[in-house]
Amino acid sequence: MLLNIPLTQYLFYFLSFVALLCGLMVVFSKNPVHSVLYLVLTFFAIAGHYILLNAQFLAIVHIVVYAGAIMVLFLFVIMLLNLNHDSEPHKNMLLKGAAVLAGGLLLMVLTGSLKGAETLAMHQPLNTQVGLIKNLGTVLFKDFLFPFEISSILLLGAMVGAVMIGKKEIK
Amino acid sequence: MNASNTPFDYFPLILMFIVAAGFVVFTMVVTHWLGPKRKTKIKLDTFECGIESKGNARVPFSIKYFLVAILFVLFDVEVIFMYPWAVNFKELGALGIIEMFSFIALLLVGFYYIIAKKALTWED
Amino acid sequence: MLLVSTFIIYKSIVCVAAFAVALGVAAYSTWIERKFSAVLQDRKGPNRAGPFGLLQPLADGVKMFMKEEIIPNVSNKFLFILGPSLAMLTACMTGAIIPWGKDFVAADGTAYALQVTDINIGFLYLFGVVSIGVYGIMIGGWASNNKYSLLGAIRASSQMISYEIAMGLSIIALIMTTGSLSFREILNQQDAGLCNFCYQPLGFLIFFICALAETNRAPFDLPECETELVGGYHTEYSSMKLGFYLFAEYINMFVSSAVLAGVYFGGYNFPFAKEFYETCGIAEGSALMSLIGFLVYFMKVIGFILLFMWIRWTLPRFRYDQLMDLGWKKLIPLSILNIVVTGIVMGWKDIVALFN
Repeated sequence: MLLNIPLTQYLFYFLSFVALLCGLMVVFSKNPVHSVLYLVLTFFAIAGHYILLNAQFLAIVHIVVYAGAIMVLFLFVIMLLNLNHDSEPHKNMLLKGAAVLAGGLLLMVLTGSLKGAETLAMHQPLNTQVGLIKNLGTVLFKDFLFPFEISSILLLGAMVGAVMIGKKEIK
Repeated sequence: MNASNTPFDYFPLILMFIVAAGFVVFTMVVTHWLGPKRKTKIKLDTFECGIESKGNARVPFSIKYFLVAILFVLFDVEVIFMYPWAVNFKELGALGIIEMFSFIALLLVGFYYIIAKKALTWED
Repeated sequence: MLLVSTFIIYKSIVCVAAFAVALGVAAYSTWIERKFSAVLQDRKGPNRAGPFGLLQPLADGVKMFMKEEIIPNVSNKFLFILGPSLAMLTACMTGAIIPWGKDFVAADGTAYALQVTDINIGFLYLFGVVSIGVYGIMIGGWASNNKYSLLGAIRASSQMISYEIAMGLSIIALIMTTGSLSFREILNQQDAGLCNFCYQPLGFLIFFICALAETNRAPFDLPECETELVGGYHTEYSSMKLGFYLFAEYINMFVSSAVLAGVYFGGYNFPFAKEFYETCGIAEGSALMSLIGFLVYFMKVIGFILLFMWIRWTLPRFRYDQLMDLGWKKLIPLSILNIVVTGIVMGWKDIVALFN
């Protein structure tokens, strides 16, 4: 094996550091465009994590869909806003409190679900080939066929919704 | 599966990134040094066909572009879903074809709705 | 198995070489473009710097470096610099997955691929980088804080994301026939028999149109439409920052030519290659074979670059609504049709068997 385990561990810590730092910067930067760019960097760090787990398809989907599509949409939204003053207007205390509460609850749910989940023994994640597109496709189109077809209905619903909202504004 | 499907395949991409980023940073610094610096206030104004610039470009633009972006996200997800199928096309056989064609049929229903609602019509 | 240190050195050399070739071709594409347009318009073209004006790209580069760097007062300075850097960076990163020739086997039996890296999901990597490329233009145009730049940037990004879908769809039909996303595998599959173009002519046409649109080449160069938008998203840019935007366009053109030539026209393979190598006595895996493969591939790429230019100097520019109509209402249904037809033709036996 060309890649020995300590190196992947260094990479893991480096990527986690980048992801966390950029995640924090998303929240703390004053300029919303900077926030979007930091979020893109966070996505890249997470894609790096996927690659370390040899989930290659997931990694590239993460970049194409999240960094390449959804964040472009975010950037469009931010550019649609009137950004004459770069900093955000101050929210009142009630909103801030609600935000902290919602965030805290989300954190609780996440920690709870992570604690409940069984920890997979991943001694040799490099040798696993489940994350490759070919194996993933077999699983997706044989075992998870029903959720896949349902997802197309979900996307159809999203399309209809988007058109409804978008066209209403024009009239 | 051949042996080359490891995360290590991505290592040369890091090298490539270092080469490209190094070149970009180097060029940016050099061009900053080399060029003359005779800055005047008018020169640093934004260009507006020679007349004095009024206001700035932090203005909202047409929502149609936004609609295109949101539809792009949805279509992008659908397209990504097709890749694992296309790679496995020969193995999945007829059932795979039927599965994907029903997926495409639903996609086309949405597509027809978009066209019928004139969401992508630019002149109205 | 290679040693790690040798591996890193070899890959670094390949990286630098791929990068240098991309830059060199991009630089000389500007020269070819000017000469080519001169031929089409019955002019002489650049002929002062060196013989046939061959040193013109160098002179242009020096000029770009020596020009004053202007960052408008009202712009967002950091993002203003980041824009062209990102455009250049993404343009350079796309070239990493293109295999330039057959593997060269050294005396000790280790194979050296003429490719930065061959990844399992090659095509999706390409799409990933292309979709990141939108940021370079969008951020640059927005950070300039100029109305023309903003309009140009929004036009460019809208256009690029629209054609990305048709591009992704057109490739799916090809992937169905190859069963792999890896570039090297797709190229190696074409070493005998017909090239993929013969199986996927419609897919090729759609991909080619989308490549034109993605690289913002005429007739899809609306983002920099002078008559409406002055200079488009790079109105405020000067010196090498402007150079980066222009350069990125040429590198993108080079890479998309390489993808087209490789994926649809066999890349380093050519008709009767096996017979040719046998009669000339060139051994499998020798340096000469890699070199011939590279030259053949390179000729095809140059051919595509010339085609890009021919189109640019022949066709008038689209109107924006025509552009959007073409992308959404024509290319997407066409590429879905292509997928359906390919699926039925290839899986006809299975379908018949299912109903019997």
